[in-house]
Amino acid sequence: MIGVELYKLLRRPRTWVTVALLCALPVAVAIFVSASHLAPPPGEGTAFLSAVLQDGSLYPAAALALVLPVFLPVAVAVVGGDSIAGEATTGTLRYLLVRPVGRTRLLIAKLTAIIAFVLLAVIAVTVTSYLTGIAAFGSAPAAAVGQPSAVGTGSLTSGSATSLSGAPLTAAQLLERIGGAVAFITVSMLGVAAIALFLSTVTDSALGSAFGALAVLIASEVLVTLKAAASIRPYLPTRYWLAWIDFFRQPIFWRDIQRGFSIQAVYVAVFLAAAWANFSTKDVTT
Amino acid sequence: MIRTRSLTKRFGHILAVDSVDLAVPEGSRYGILGPNGSGKTTLVRMLLGLVYATSGEIEVMGRQIPAHAADVLPDIGALVEEPAAYPHLSGRANLALFDAAGPGAPRRSRRGRIDEALERVGLGGIDRRPVKAYSLGMRQRLGLAAALLRSPRLLILDEPTNGLDPRGIRDVRDLLIELNQAGATVFLSSHLLAEVEQLCTHVGIFDSGRLVLQDELVALRAPTGQIVVDSPDADRAAALLDGRVEMREGARLVVRHDDAATLNAELVRAGVRVTEIGSHRRSLEQVVLDVTSAGSDQVGKAGT
Repeated sequence: MIGVELYKLLRRPRTWVTVALLCALPVAVAIFVSASHLAPPPGEGTAFLSAVLQDGSLYPAAALALVLPVFLPVAVAVVGGDSIAGEATTGTLRYLLVRPVGRTRLLIAKLTAIIAFVLLAVIAVTVTSYLTGIAAFGSAPAAAVGQPSAVGTGSLTSGSATSLSGAPLTAAQLLERIGGAVAFITVSMLGVAAIALFLSTVTDSALGSAFGALAVLIASEVLVTLKAAASIRPYLPTRYWLAWIDFFRQPIFWRDIQRGFSIQAVYVAVFLAAAWANFSTKDVTT
Repeated sequence: MIRTRSLTKRFGHILAVDSVDLAVPEGSRYGILGPNGSGKTTLVRMLLGLVYATSGEIEVMGRQIPAHAADVLPDIGALVEEPAAYPHLSGRANLALFDAAGPGAPRRSRRGRIDEALERVGLGGIDRRPVKAYSLGMRQRLGLAAALLRSPRLLILDEPTNGLDPRGIRDVRDLLIELNQAGATVFLSSHLLAEVEQLCTHVGIFDSGRLVLQDELVALRAPTGQIVVDSPDADRAAALLDGRVEMREGARLVVRHDDAATLNAELVRAGVRVTEIGSHRRSLEQVVLDVTSAGSDQVGKAGT
């Protein structure tokens, strides 16, 4: 069943359009920035964008920061929201269930397909943005680009990227840290996916469940910035979304990363359990 | 093959299926007749474990549903309401996915089984067009092919001839009879009298969630103990058979009598000419009208 779900995911034009759009945004940004050399000053705008002018190999991090707040969650919510509700709408859900595919098995297969989609999207963005970054900004340190070192205040040794803290990173370290960031973002997106999957078992409208999941995220983003809601802030799903940036500090700042992982694990566990409880006792009338 | 005991399903305060005791014998072609909205589809969904019963028991091939649904579903081919398929994939790809999704479908024989199923439903020459380009009738045939993929012992079909033209309906009827003769039990629901009358050996009549009648078709259509006589000499015939004539309609008489041949001889001996004579049988339509109320899709005023 998992194979069938993966096949359906990969054979679906929507999957590839979404991934292409996700990859296109960082490419467009890279073109504008490299053409104008006008990056937002450090500390403002998208994280890392100011740093990539010095070193293109950091561009994957900037690209992830670009797609993370809106694009990626929207894509994940759409795929997650469609998973059960979409089958219900086309009527294929009842045929799968009488095939028979156990309801728990179907949920697991859907979840696997969503994980595959998130990984595919994040890795595609990372790879294309790495290539874009090298092409647009080069991989040499600041001096080679011919820019005064506005950022990256630390000592720059040749052939190394610069961490946010200014210390140099070797290529192996950089790869490791991008890997860590990809893992963290994937887990963060799984939180979104679990919420969307749960809503997908509640309603028969794929659109409704995708929007429902997005509404939860937007509400969370609003509350995160609200001082008055400070007491619940550590438990909001989007609170630690940006903690993956800490992978690019030297040394890695683990506190928020660990908290981010735990809070997402809780969201995933709770919503998957709710999805399972709801779906396995539900009358399928579509 | 299928047996339910006081099967009941409530959706909120609506009673969709009301203590139904269904008995579908093995090897039969059983047709559930009932107007739209009478609970047929809910019943079918409960038999397949899609909808959970509020109370009552279901037994299919000797196993409890939904507890042991996974044991019997592989032997069941089903069509529930409209057929469904992934619109961007071809018919073959859809069947292959559907086949691969569940147990008991060896990959080795998949292509052959798909070809055979498509051939059976008259889609043997199907090309790579996506299903979204199919006509309603082709989709219906594809849905049937999906139900036939693993040579099921039991076919549960909800409105199997929906969307088909007269020729398609005929094809499906022939196919179902053929499968039935090869050993499969066929259980179908329909709101079309003619379909059930021409195809089924057993009939169940559904009305507002209740199974109001369940019997063999032959029994329902058994002679009523009346003979219908058409005669140009109807007046004389009526005089001759005085006391036994139950109804007179122009040249047609309905006579209480056991045997058409004896009655015919009697009339002819008396010099009454007979153009047509035969035992009176109720049509299935009459049977249905006798046991059902107004269709449940009619909404009458309160108190009428």
